[in-house]
Amino acid sequence: MWKLLWKILKTGTLTESPTRTQEETGRPPFLHSASIRHVDAGSCNGCELELWALENPVTSLSSLGFSFVASPRHADILLVTGPVSCHMKEALETTHQAMPAPKRVLAVGDCAISGGVFRGSYATHDGLSSILPPDVTVHGCPPPPEAIVEGVLRAFGSPPHHS
Amino acid sequence: MEGDSSPFFSPETGFDRLHGGIPHTFLVTESPDRYLAQARLLSSNGARLLTLWSESLPAIRAAILLREGLVLLSLSLPKDAVSFPSLSSIFPPAARFERTIHDLFGLIPDGLADLRPWIDHGLWSHPPLSHTPSPLTRLAQGMDYPFVRVRGDGVHEIPVGPVHAGIIEPGHFRFSVVGEKVLRLETRMGYTHKGIARLFRGRNLPEAARLASRISGDSAVATSLAFSKAVEEALDIEISEGVRFVRAILLERERIANHLADLGALGNDAGLAVALSLFHPLREAMHRINLSLFGHRLLFDSVVPGGVSTGLSGAMIETLLLENERLQAEVSLLERIYADHGGLQDRFQNTGILSPEVAGRLGIGGVAGRASGQGWDLRVDHREDPVHRFAPALALDHIGDVASRVRIRFFEIFESLRLTHALLTSFPGPDICATIPDPPAPREGAGIVEGFRGEVLGWVRILPGKILADAHIADGSPLLWHALEASVPGNLVADFPLINKSFNPSYSASDL
Ligand code: SF4
Repeated sequence: MWKLLWKILKTGTLTESPTRTQEETGRPPFLHSASIRHVDAGSCNGCELELWALENPVTSLSSLGFSFVASPRHADILLVTGPVSCHMKEALETTHQAMPAPKRVLAVGDCAISGGVFRGSYATHDGLSSILPPDVTVHGCPPPPEAIVEGVLRAFGSPPHHS
Repeated sequence: MEGDSSPFFSPETGFDRLHGGIPHTFLVTESPDRYLAQARLLSSNGARLLTLWSESLPAIRAAILLREGLVLLSLSLPKDAVSFPSLSSIFPPAARFERTIHDLFGLIPDGLADLRPWIDHGLWSHPPLSHTPSPLTRLAQGMDYPFVRVRGDGVHEIPVGPVHAGIIEPGHFRFSVVGEKVLRLETRMGYTHKGIARLFRGRNLPEAARLASRISGDSAVATSLAFSKAVEEALDIEISEGVRFVRAILLERERIANHLADLGALGNDAGLAVALSLFHPLREAMHRINLSLFGHRLLFDSVVPGGVSTGLSGAMIETLLLENERLQAEVSLLERIYADHGGLQDRFQNTGILSPEVAGRLGIGGVAGRASGQGWDLRVDHREDPVHRFAPALALDHIGDVASRVRIRFFEIFESLRLTHALLTSFPGPDICATIPDPPAPREGAGIVEGFRGEVLGWVRILPGKILADAHIADGSPLLWHALEASVPGNLVADFPLINKSFNPSYSASDL
């Protein structure tokens, strides 16, 4: 136990501030925190590894007021990864429908934007555009955590869509 | 364990064509009886089925691993074939692979009783990869998946997924429970099916290599390496010693980073939330070094046919050695913290037991296999150059609970750090990449590597013009669902996330 306490004390605060300021990303002053529901729509799991990195103490998305939630009923932002496999389309749409308005759709990764390396497959929809056009997109394969944080900030600041 | 001294790789058994690296042989037959007989012979000698698939030519292929090496057993089928013999009575996990072939190609596995759709979710009007122009119409259309029902007093079902509570890939779990206790777990996958087999066809090598890096993002090095080795074998490409060292270093880095993430997540799932904050910054630091030295945080596209995308300089070696030292110290402390933490050990021990007998019957390899007494590790068994020069040690445990899988991961991190250190300090350089020749006729090759989860197989057929005819890249994830189904019953529903994490199958790599 002492080892653990000592380790926690010694580690201190690792959290870094986002690379761009609030003004630059157009995020409004905080009125409340926003909740994110993530749906993996057939990703290779690379994007998920970077979403995990958002929760590490270095990036710490939660210290900016955002958290990942289990229920779509509690979510403001739908964060989608993967090329939208045909088999995930229905679950994705149901999740979106279950979210209260106003809500935003955030496409994370080249796959979610346009299908990425899986573009043209009989088994995917080549990204979100024909299913749930995203409000905000974050390019990269996968995008690094800083870029995803910025995307979340932009999604928070973007006008509500898909009410 | 030299392949050529083994009774298997001899003309009498038919397994006589031996290839370099990890010894392997291709055996093609047109006789269903011989296909079954050879599979039986292999199974009775302790072989494990790794993966089974079909391709653009009507054929069924099985990758079967023996202690002595790998056998790629193929059954060529006539163009108008409607069925093929099932291996499920010999290798039980063959069933879901064969159901996948049934769904994708419309070929019926003879002798397989369970013909429920697997990868087909009822959206296709015909099998998408069928060899014949007028394929059979599928039965799955519009029907609900018939899960096996458990009946009895107080039994009820809990459906979970495909969307889970958290940052996880999609899949469906059907629990039959009494009170808090799980009686049966049945998995249903296929949600991340992206038609990768079809996407490989007709791609040139650079494009195919990019796809090979994205079969399962957590195993980008392992899958690209398996793919590259297969291409190199098909085209007879010699790889320089320097390149082999860099590849081995990258593979161990991928293993360390994933084990760190899994250990942090396991501590977190067992109620020690601070575990994430302790392990994940170590992984983050590795990703940043990956980006600055190799150009990608997760090492995507770092291994390519013929070589590696970034070589190793003296300054890079310095950075990596320093990082190694730091990781050694940090992980040693974290290992002691885990070992001393009563609450954590209480959650880990006796949870999700996969007995050695069941692991053996299912043919589970990798971390999960080694935690359940299955001592398979390609780096140890097959003198894989250059790691064998530094005598890799086998991680082995016999209890098969979550605690065992945690111990195996700690052991392997330290062993990977030791191997990386040895590889870095004896790096022969220079890491010159080979040129890729154009084959005059279609050529085939295979490669296999020990990824962080277990064996990863790569197989390719390349056409003149360096265009892919077919490729198959697979890891042990599909088998890990069987391991999970075997180890969850008897546990509390609330322990499921912990047990699932301790196996950590890739959904994407399962839904090929
Ligand atoms: S964008 Fe890249 S990392 Fe993300 S799911 Fe697609 S292939 Fe994987």
